Order: sequence, then structure tokens, then C-alpha cells
Amino acid sequence: MTLDAAWARRWVAEAQTAVAAAKDDLTELDRQIGDGDHGVNMDRGLRAVTAKLEQTPPDVGDPETVGSVLKLVATTLMSTVGGAAGPLYGTAFLRASKVTARPELDAPGVVALLEAALEGIAARGHATGGEKTMVDAWQPAVDAAEALSGADATAVLRAAAEAADAGATATIPLVATKGRASYLGERSAGHEDPGARSTALLLRAAVTAAEAG
Amino acid sequence: MAIALVLASHSALLAQGLAELAGQMAPDVAILPGAGTMDGELGTSLDVVQRAVERGLAEADGVVVLADLGSAVLTVESALEIEDEWSGRVRLADAPFVEGAVAAAVASQQGASLDAVLAAAEEAGGTFAASAPAAAESTAVASTVQPGATTDLVTAHVTVRNPLGLHARPAAQLARAVADTGVPMTIGGADGTSVLQLLALGATGGAQLEVTARGTGARAAVDAVVGLIEGGFGEVPART
Repeated sequence: MTLDAAWARRWVAEAQTAVAAAKDDLTELDRQIGDGDHGVNMDRGLRAVTAKLEQTPPDVGDPETVGSVLKLVATTLMSTVGGAAGPLYGTAFLRASKVTARPELDAPGVVALLEAALEGIAARGHATGGEKTMVDAWQPAVDAAEALSGADATAVLRAAAEAADAGATATIPLVATKGRASYLGERSAGHEDPGARSTALLLRAAVTAAEAG
Repeated sequence: MAIALVLASHSALLAQGLAELAGQMAPDVAILPGAGTMDGELGTSLDVVQRAVERGLAEADGVVVLADLGSAVLTVESALEIEDEWSGRVRLADAPFVEGAVAAAVASQQGASLDAVLAAAEEAGGTFAASAPAAAESTAVASTVQPGATTDLVTAHVTVRNPLGLHARPAAQLARAVADTGVPMTIGGADGTSVLQLLALGATGGAQLEVTARGTGARAAVDAVVGLIEGGFGEVPART
């Protein structure tokens, strides 16, 4: 249950597996209200991250920190996803990497990671809550994590992942006012936001990786 | 001080085409596509943009980046956040992709600073709108330089001689020539150093344009510019 660099590596592997399994579902969600490439793009990006991590053994150089793994995730996603999700998730992981430059995360460390990620996505996408974007999954995740900060790190992560899942579901009735789906206006209501769904998948993968540790 | 341009686009073809177009107007400026994904598909990539900017910095003192659509903008912003050592040397223009690149390229060709090239790009939005000045109509004899209403105002009227008129290449050549004179000049009411305003004149072969300048060197500058337009930009046989 230790949230160390090895956990961060397992997180990437679990995320890659989860997104690969959900690739068609994400693409279908994106086809309904976007340009239909989110599943393919995220799958390509996470496969590239997995490959990059395999080429970057943890025993090279200084002892690996959580942040150094997340930094590599950030730059690789930005370089390989291809769509807007690349710089958005990339900035989330980049900002998260800056507050996790240590061998292991405690509960406040998990909260800090999530807060930095949300801040990065909101800043890069100029988005706030309620606009039917991935912020609508990240914001409840951060809220839940902050509310539980006395608990152990994995419990905080689990609460965040559950809140992100509920947040993604809650985007269904929303009318998009940001991003590609906003072109559809009222017609975007009734569909789940693909970025919010992939956020929920990524945070669920972080929990799975923690439970396997 | 030379300023390079990087064209951050979803499409390598789009960026290459724009580099070719802008390059025709600015032959000495490094215009570098940073476009498509790493495997050549449609999309944007941090790595592709980073490599283009690094090449620009190797060839120039600064880089102005033009981006085509939302996620290209996000990718460039991400690159700027990661690359601390670019600070002060690389700027993202808030400008339309094509018009901004053309205006920036011509400004760079004229020797403009990083700030001035950026400003040229950002002022390019809307230059093609209908509000741009129309070609001046005049019956004056071509290339007759005459004193204006005030003592230092020089006015001349010139007929565009090449059949296609002030299209991209001649417009750029003209803007460079006007900039080289160092004298503020209007051509058909347009700023003579602005390739976009000159293009917006829509001046085709046979159009008559009024050229005005004032101040020190105005007469020589107007004569030089009139001579260039009269020369047909190499697209008509020499006058008989």
C-alpha cells in the first residue's frame, strides 16, 4: 500500500490496461459529442508512456521519485496523444510531478498531487466546473480527497476515484460550454463527457495500483 | 537580430504549404513547420513542436510560434511551461494562422525585433476584412511626382503594370522596399510596409495607386517605390 515510484509505475500500467479495454467506449462517447478520437488518442498515449517507462529503468541515476515518473508521463502524453487531451493530461501530470518529488506519498501528498493536477487542467483548458469537461471529474475528486485528508493515503485515493466516477456520470445532463462539445450546445446534453470518463478510469487505475502494492 | 517562425499545426501539409507561402515573401527567414504527430498523423505533439523551436533557436535569436487550432495552442503553451530556458526568446502569437504567419514573416524579413514580429502577427487579424482600404482610382499620369498640399508632402500616381497586380510576391517585395527606404509611406491608402494591407488593396494590373510620403527623403523614396511598381516586379516585359 506504499505510494512510491513503483506504485506510480504500476499506476501507468493499470491505466494503460483500463484505457485499452475502454478504448471503443471512450471513442463512442467522443463520437457523440466531439470528434471521435479520444479513445484512440488516449490508448496511443498510454501505450507510449508504458513503452517509455520500460526503456527508463528505475535504478539509473538518483533514486526514483513519484514526481520523476509523473514528469515522464506528462511529457510523453503531450508528445503522443495528438489531441487536446495530450496537453491537458500532460499539464495535470506535469504540475503533479512538481509537488511529488519524493520517494513516497502520504495522505497530504496524495491531496497535493490531485490539487496540482486539477489546477493544471483548469489553467491549460481555461475551464471551471459545470462546463462538461474533465474538470467535472477532477474537481469532485479533489473535494473528496481534501475532506478525507486524515485517512491513509490509499483511502484518500479511493475516495477521490469514487468521486471522479460519480462526477463523470453527473456530466450526462450537462450542456457543454467548453471544448469541442460546446459546438453542439443543447444537443450535448444526454451524453457523458469522454474526458471526465477517462479521468475516472485513470484515478480508478491509481487505486488498483495502490491495492496491488 | 533574426527571428524565426514555427508553424504549429495539426497537419504537416498545412504547415508546409504555409511555410512555402510565407517563405516566398520572406526568403531569408527560417520558417519551420512543427506539425502533425510523431508518426506523421493529424494532431499535435510536444516533441514535434519542441524540435522545431530548438531548430529555430539554432538559426535565429528568437522564435515566434503560430498555432492553428485549440490543441495546437495548448501544446505550444505546454512547451513554454516546460522549457524554462526558452524564456524571453520564444513567444506564442495570438493570431490567425495564415495571416499571422505571413505578417510575421515579412516583419522578420524587414529586420524586426521579437516583440515587433509578434506584434505584426497579432495585428494581422481582420486585415482581410472588407474595411481594408480599396485601391485608389486616379486619372493622373503614371509616375508623375508632384508637390502635395504641404511643402514636405510628396505624392505620385502609378499604374500597376503586371497583369496579376499586387499578389503575394510583389506585395511582399513592395513592403520590403518601402521598409528599406525608412520613410513612412502610404500606397493606395495602405501602410506601405504592411504586406497584408497591400494585398487587401486588391490592386490588379491597370489599377492606379496614389503613393504619398512626407519628410526627409520622401521624394527619393517615392521615386524608388514608383519605379519598382512601374517595373512590373519582373512579371512584364520591359517598357517599350
